[in-house]
Amino acid sequence: MTAGNFAAAILTLAIFSFLYRENPFFRLAEHLLVGLSAGYFTVIAVQGTLVPKVLEPLQAGDWWVVVPFILIILILGRLTEKTRPASRIPLALIIGAGAGVAVPALLQARILVQLSATMKPLNSAANIFILVGVITTLVYFFFSREHKGWWGKLATIGTWYLMIFFGATFGNTVMSRISLLIGRLEFLFGDFLGLIK
Amino acid sequence: MTRRLVFWITLSFGVFMLFQFFIPVVGGAYRKVLDWMQVIYLSSLLVGVIALGLQHLRKVSTLSSGWGYSLVTVAGLVAMPVAAFWGTGESSVFFWLFNNMQVPMQSTVFSLLAFFVASAAFRGFRARSLPAFLLLVSAAIVMLGRVPIGTKLYFDFPAWSQALLDIPSVAARRGILIGIGLGSVATSLRVILGIERGFFGRKV
Repeated sequence: MTAGNFAAAILTLAIFSFLYRENPFFRLAEHLLVGLSAGYFTVIAVQGTLVPKVLEPLQAGDWWVVVPFILIILILGRLTEKTRPASRIPLALIIGAGAGVAVPALLQARILVQLSATMKPLNSAANIFILVGVITTLVYFFFSREHKGWWGKLATIGTWYLMIFFGATFGNTVMSRISLLIGRLEFLFGDFLGLIK
Repeated sequence: MTRRLVFWITLSFGVFMLFQFFIPVVGGAYRKVLDWMQVIYLSSLLVGVIALGLQHLRKVSTLSSGWGYSLVTVAGLVAMPVAAFWGTGESSVFFWLFNNMQVPMQSTVFSLLAFFVASAAFRGFRARSLPAFLLLVSAAIVMLGRVPIGTKLYFDFPAWSQALLDIPSVAARRGILIGIGLGSVATSLRVILGIERGFFGRKV
């Protein structure tokens, strides 16, 4: 058994100990995970974005890079009470530009693509079921008109589709968590204890 | 003053990013703004990391309750960047910490959810009405369709599970996505035009 496997097994058991109740081993592992994840993110952020998008262009003499450099300083102003209002300037840029990018992107990806995928020839039961499902789900989410009469009946059909969707999503989530659990148990009983060959 | 500046920055960058879609010649400026956005986004997350470190350092320095755990958090927070100085390749300490400490703990935390989700489902899933019955049945079919015992119980469970995912689920998801799309476009326009001002900060 390697030192890496030993460390991984001890930390896995520490996290699993939460199934009994909250205890110092779990809290230790939890805090270590928070620290390591934050440290890992810092490294990835610096290596993956700040170096190629700020430091390297600066070394190459691209003076446009002064703008993000100032924006970084302004956003770091959030750490003290006195300089906090200045951090709203980079936030305004990211929110404004993000909203501007979002309009055409969402119209394309979320609305037009979904509508064109729904408007298929009604030559199969699946296509008819999907068309009915999309229309009734949208009717359910349309709250400007009271869900009464035939409109209410359409909304009710929409809730049936939604419930099937939520159930299927729940089932998928459970199975993905179970496969993670199986992976951890395989590691503990195989790589750590050697009981599974 | 800051509120007015924030409004004009939001409006000008919002309008520019919206209309660049129709004016391909400004592609260079568009990519530059995207880079700036990425830098701001990551810097704001770094602010969170720094605040986390400072908070735990304060607890350690004042020896307040649970300071030992805070020390562990700070140690983890410092260990990764320090280890990264000596490289991030497959044989590095950084990779060892990531592979043998962070990844196992992360996947174990997520696997713990299997127990909690299962117990919540046991308590919450009651077929009291038709929608609740549909929720229960579709979850059961999808789960049984993914395990060997499901096929042993009824050979067609995997096909049923796939049909549920391919037809009614897809229809509901499309309805939700179209709704999200329309809502997001409306919210984006409100932000650009300054109707939505929550992030402007308080009036001084």
